[in-house]
Amino acid sequence: MPRLDLSPTDLESILLRYGSDPTNLLQILREIQEFHGWIPPAVIDSLSQSLSLPRGHIEGVVGFYSFLHAEPIGQFRLLFSDNITDRMLGNQDLLEYLCNKLWLERGHVSEDGLASVDTTSCTGLCDQGPALLANGYAIPRLTRQRLDQIVELVLQKVPVTQWPSEMFLIEDNIRRSDILLGNNMQPGDALRAAIAQVCVPGSAVEAAANQRSWREGIPSVELCAPLSTLEEIKRSNLRGRGGAGFTTGLKWEACRNAADEPRYVVCNADEGEPGTFKDRVLLTAQANLLFEGMTICAYAIKAKHGFLYLRGEYRYLLETLNAVLEARRSANLLGNGILGQAEFDFDIKIHLGAGAYVCGEESALIESLEGKRGIPRNRPPYPVTHGYLQKPTTVNNVETFCAAALVALNGGDWYRRIGTTKSAGTKILSVSGDCARPGIYEYPFGVTVRQVLADCGAENTLAVQISGPSGVCIGADEFDRRIAFEDLATAGAFMVFDESRDMFEVARNFAHFFAHESCGFCTPCRVGTAMLKATMDKIAAGHGTQYDLAEIDQLNRILLQSAHCGLGHTACNPTLDTLKRFRPTYERRLKSLDFEPAFDLDGALATARRMTGRDDAGAHLSMETAEPLAAPPPDESGVLLARTES
Amino acid sequence: MSETFQLDGEDIPFAPGQTVLQAALSAGHYIPHLCYHPEFKPHGSCKVCTVKIGNRTAASCTMPAQAGLEIESNTEEMNALRRTLVQMLFAEGNHFCPSCEKSGNCELQALGSDLGVMTAGFRHFYPNRPVDASHPDILLDFNRCILCELCVRASCEVDEKCVFALSGRGITKHLVVNATSGKLADTDIALTDKAMQVCPVGVIIKKRVGFAVPIGERRYDQRPISAQALDDAPRPPSGSGVCQACEE
Repeated sequence: MPRLDLSPTDLESILLRYGSDPTNLLQILREIQEFHGWIPPAVIDSLSQSLSLPRGHIEGVVGFYSFLHAEPIGQFRLLFSDNITDRMLGNQDLLEYLCNKLWLERGHVSEDGLASVDTTSCTGLCDQGPALLANGYAIPRLTRQRLDQIVELVLQKVPVTQWPSEMFLIEDNIRRSDILLGNNMQPGDALRAAIAQVCVPGSAVEAAANQRSWREGIPSVELCAPLSTLEEIKRSNLRGRGGAGFTTGLKWEACRNAADEPRYVVCNADEGEPGTFKDRVLLTAQANLLFEGMTICAYAIKAKHGFLYLRGEYRYLLETLNAVLEARRSANLLGNGILGQAEFDFDIKIHLGAGAYVCGEESALIESLEGKRGIPRNRPPYPVTHGYLQKPTTVNNVETFCAAALVALNGGDWYRRIGTTKSAGTKILSVSGDCARPGIYEYPFGVTVRQVLADCGAENTLAVQISGPSGVCIGADEFDRRIAFEDLATAGAFMVFDESRDMFEVARNFAHFFAHESCGFCTPCRVGTAMLKATMDKIAAGHGTQYDLAEIDQLNRILLQSAHCGLGHTACNPTLDTLKRFRPTYERRLKSLDFEPAFDLDGALATARRMTGRDDAGAHLSMETAEPLAAPPPDESGVLLARTES
Repeated sequence: MSETFQLDGEDIPFAPGQTVLQAALSAGHYIPHLCYHPEFKPHGSCKVCTVKIGNRTAASCTMPAQAGLEIESNTEEMNALRRTLVQMLFAEGNHFCPSCEKSGNCELQALGSDLGVMTAGFRHFYPNRPVDASHPDILLDFNRCILCELCVRASCEVDEKCVFALSGRGITKHLVVNATSGKLADTDIALTDKAMQVCPVGVIIKKRVGFAVPIGERRYDQRPISAQALDDAPRPPSGSGVCQACEE
């Protein structure tokens, strides 16, 4: 539980741990937030002094991240995950229930300053939702009984760290394993294999080693193993698993070729795409494989420092992951002279995020690692030459590093034989939504959507959202399409919707998500995502027209042409995909096919009605608008999406 | 030197390190823009200067000039995009041109006029943005802010005061003032600061000098913004180019 006081010595000890280094600003703020419950103005002043940063700069960082607060938010902060899968499991009803039990209004701190309840973007527990974060710690499988228990603990002011541990029990739910999840590699195996490589006389690697020896000032015999490792990664055809699918070997090579030093290895574990949770499971079940992959990368590109950027929602994994790193240091798999190799020094630090989806974009992630607001950078230059602190940096997804470790152990040829010609290896899918067995499924690339649906026990499936809101929504006539870069590229989300679902509400949930997560840097995304959200809400409230559908098309065009990063480019995808495939669900909500003003004259009288306590016909402009809307009510009631228990 | 690229069919020479917009403006060719300022490193947030290169589009202010590029700028497609972006900015803030001291000197207004923006085209957001009148000599009217960050950059890089910063994100992104009270009166801003001169709209206003030049005789009343390309050609920065305090 947050302390009420933050003494100067508490602050000093936090600053000391981070060496009063401004690049650690976000980590420092996050610890103050965790310790104290909020970041008071006086603390910002004092940080401004100690870190020699303008106070406005610090205020800007606090204001950017959802989990940092410049105002008190109560001793207990309860945030419901608000992905569409949480909604389908009834999170809105549960949220209302909790608010009533705690006598508070959503989004407002209770009168006594004890607690606040709100929503947050997907917390990555879609296979065991509905979920919430209690002071940053994830609690899955919510029920009314569980909430009763939480209310008791809150009212008795029991610190969250002392709540019963079974409340926080998170399942891996691994349903199908292949080479990655089923590997039985021991820590260090891949590294030993990499180090043991020698140059075959007359080979291309030997020629490259000779060439680089001159350029890099290293004896060519010492270059054989790292360059062979790089060669194996290239040969494997491994492509980035974060969604974009850039060839990993080329990225590593470009980074090694960058003249500047030091170089950095960064693992992107900011798994923010709603519906994606495979990195959470890899971090839980395969942490050694991940760190081994990062170390392999450091070996291949000659880097000395690594970062794991862990999303704030996975805060609960921090201690376990640090313990794995410590064990690897003891085993000489991290630190100086790894496995007895004189020049092989590498270590990994974990940085936590603080609630910002956009930090999954690699250049925004780097800004965030530097302790700043997570704004995507202008490119070029690219991170491989100008990344962390403007030094060469390789950023890869958790799954990519895991796969790279397997390639180092078993060779590139072994790896490229798995999957399809253009998509080598396996892909881990995070399956959630309407199916009997949600969880983690690993398949060789090329598996059909139909196969996945059969395996997870999905019935009467209406649609599948592949790769989250920024991906693609497909209908039943497309279930023979394949999971592969050449067909359905995915970062891993696989959300299933059956015929009882309303795809308009799915798209509206995603529109809210993008508006909430836009960084606000560029005009089209900052304003466009807010407009899309307003338009979807207007349609939901029964005031939509054909004009609004045309406006969505226009917004999409603007965002595609001019948004600064992928968030803006893809923000309209869910709306356009569902509009194309499920247009009737939009059209039955349209009030008229002609223009309808956004300004609701009768609605403007609502305040006057509330103040006078009147709601008779005379207090309305016309009977027509006073009647309940023919279209379904907005989703605040939760009736549309939550399944009735029967 | 003198490698060139093509802009709307005309050869534009460029110096190494110049971006497309900088090269175009140096050559007297106008590409509409808002958040770019000739004395600062371009950062590309307003996106008004977006141009088309083949099938791609890119903000010309941050795109490095390269020999042989074929760029389309003054086309109906690109101008329609710019028109919509300007409309978005009008819809996002509270812009009441007839009562604004900056009318006629306002780049947003001038650009809207040039691009043929007749209405905001979208529903207005009508955000609640209280003004800051705390300072004896300076008024901050946040209602007109288009978040171009020019004052932030000028105050950091030239004045070395960092009086302004940005906070929030998405549609709630906003300008903040570097003081515990959040009030301009508690900062060390001075009338002579660079930050006082760079606002393209009417956020940072000198008190007691309103309407010194009559409406009708102001900068963009004289000639349209598009006729002032050479005025915006890059010139030596008046500051260091980086914020020592923020960037280290």
